[in-house]
Amino acid sequence: MLRDDLRAIYYILRKDLDTYYFKPPNISWGIFFPLAFILAFSIRNPGNMRELMPGLVAMTMLFGTTAMEAIVIVLERRTGSLERLLLAPVSLPAMLAGKVLGGMCFGTVMSLLVLAGTAVFLGTGGTNWVTVAGTLLLSAAAFSSLGALVSVTVKEVFEAQTLANYLRFPMIFLGGVFVPLTDLPQGLRVIAGLLPLTYSVEAMRLGMAGEPAGAAMPDLLILAVWTIMSYGLAWRALRRRLA
Amino acid sequence: MVDRMRDAIALRGLTKHYGELRAVDGISLDVREGEVFGFLGPNGAGKTTTIRMLTGLTRPTAGHAEVLGYDLAHELSSIKKRTGVVPESSNLYAELTALGNLLFAAQLYGVPRRERIARCEELLDRFGLSQKRDASFAKLSRGMKRALTVAAALVHRPSLLFLDEPTTGLDVMAARRLRAMLANLRDQGVTIFLTTHYLEEAERLCDRIALIVQGQLVALDTVDGLRGMVANEPAVEVVIDQGRGHTETRRFLGGDVGSAMEEALAQTEPIRRRILSVSSARPTLEEVFVQLTGLSAEVMLREKGGQGRLNAKG
Repeated sequence: MLRDDLRAIYYILRKDLDTYYFKPPNISWGIFFPLAFILAFSIRNPGNMRELMPGLVAMTMLFGTTAMEAIVIVLERRTGSLERLLLAPVSLPAMLAGKVLGGMCFGTVMSLLVLAGTAVFLGTGGTNWVTVAGTLLLSAAAFSSLGALVSVTVKEVFEAQTLANYLRFPMIFLGGVFVPLTDLPQGLRVIAGLLPLTYSVEAMRLGMAGEPAGAAMPDLLILAVWTIMSYGLAWRALRRRLA
Repeated sequence: MVDRMRDAIALRGLTKHYGELRAVDGISLDVREGEVFGFLGPNGAGKTTTIRMLTGLTRPTAGHAEVLGYDLAHELSSIKKRTGVVPESSNLYAELTALGNLLFAAQLYGVPRRERIARCEELLDRFGLSQKRDASFAKLSRGMKRALTVAAALVHRPSLLFLDEPTTGLDVMAARRLRAMLANLRDQGVTIFLTTHYLEEAERLCDRIALIVQGQLVALDTVDGLRGMVANEPAVEVVIDQGRGHTETRRFLGGDVGSAMEEALAQTEPIRRRILSVSSARPTLEEVFVQLTGLSAEVMLREKGGQGRLNAKG
């Protein structure tokens, strides 16, 4: 049973990466999106880029993981091909894990590209790579699971895109990507505390500043909780649809 | 416990409710190993819901089911490994090629790596799709999509195959090819559970047929057995000359030769047509269906776009 599930997770992941994620339009959008932000901010305030990069890496992860993840399941449900996975000897959690891993892989690759650019142009002296790696992994898991949750709760692809944007854009402006949390009014700071991107940005900032791994542990724990919660709710929603 | 030598499927009081709607209402039946079992009924009768329950796509509200000797409620994974499913719509991945779709199915069902390519190539060849192995599923014709969907269901050599309305929407030739494939599978010992609304198709393919209406089993027997259920009403077949070399065959159910002749004369005299022959005939499955269900056979055809008769030929 476990062997069947692990095999299925691997092949679902591979199929999704080939057919949905690593396609020219998706890759170019994945690169263009953070690049546009980096260019805009570097022109406006070139001296401030190093402070801004942790937020941009986290934001790239958010968009990289959710852009396709939020629509993959609803798209396959609409075309009927999701049924093929449900008919196969694969457990529901394993099927969902295969889907979530697709978003995680793509988001991680896109974030690593931004990180590599940061290393080349701004240097990465003093970076705590363990914290950065942990932040990338848990951010990818949390955001991709959130994308899967969006995808299983709606009926149409356009609804998934709309709902994903409702979740993503407030996160960008309130999650500390461009405006430090300390500069936000108290009410908005409370809302920011409810958003997973806030913890991803903060953990990435601590990692890139070379703080000890323990400093980012509370943020990483909250990202882990977001992962479990989103994945669990997505699984439950999918199971209810099958009832 | 199911007799594994004889019963591929055993249902006892299988029920599915959607709120107030009783989609499947306490169905009990057995499907024997190696037979082609037809599940007939109009749209909304509960055919697809039954297949969805037996393949794990939806959970029964009540009742008990065993498939290939495995308990549906507790051994679904074992059932899935041994069954193939062809849903009503061809639902393979549009982005993958014909070969890519079969390979993905083989991977999911755990076909050993060293056998995969050979098995997929063999199926492409058997279904006449070798020339299209690298074409994406989206670009195949409807008949080819259907054939590839059947091939994908067979990639792991299942011993039980579920087919939900397999020939719906196919042209005459494609439907004929598919029926030949199914006959071939039966010869290989694969048990086939087939839903269809095409009565002629069921009559031609199925060893036994169950009639289902509004979620309830109305009758279950061989085609001859079903005919026997209405045999006390003999049918008379009258062939009428329509002129210019054309003939029309009319059937009169429940009468004798004398009354059939009278009726035929009454119908043909005003239009000056000759009666060429009169013979007694066994009732068709359509007549059996009408008698046993109280429904018009056209109900089924109309609901599926009215192409049933055309497609069922050949």
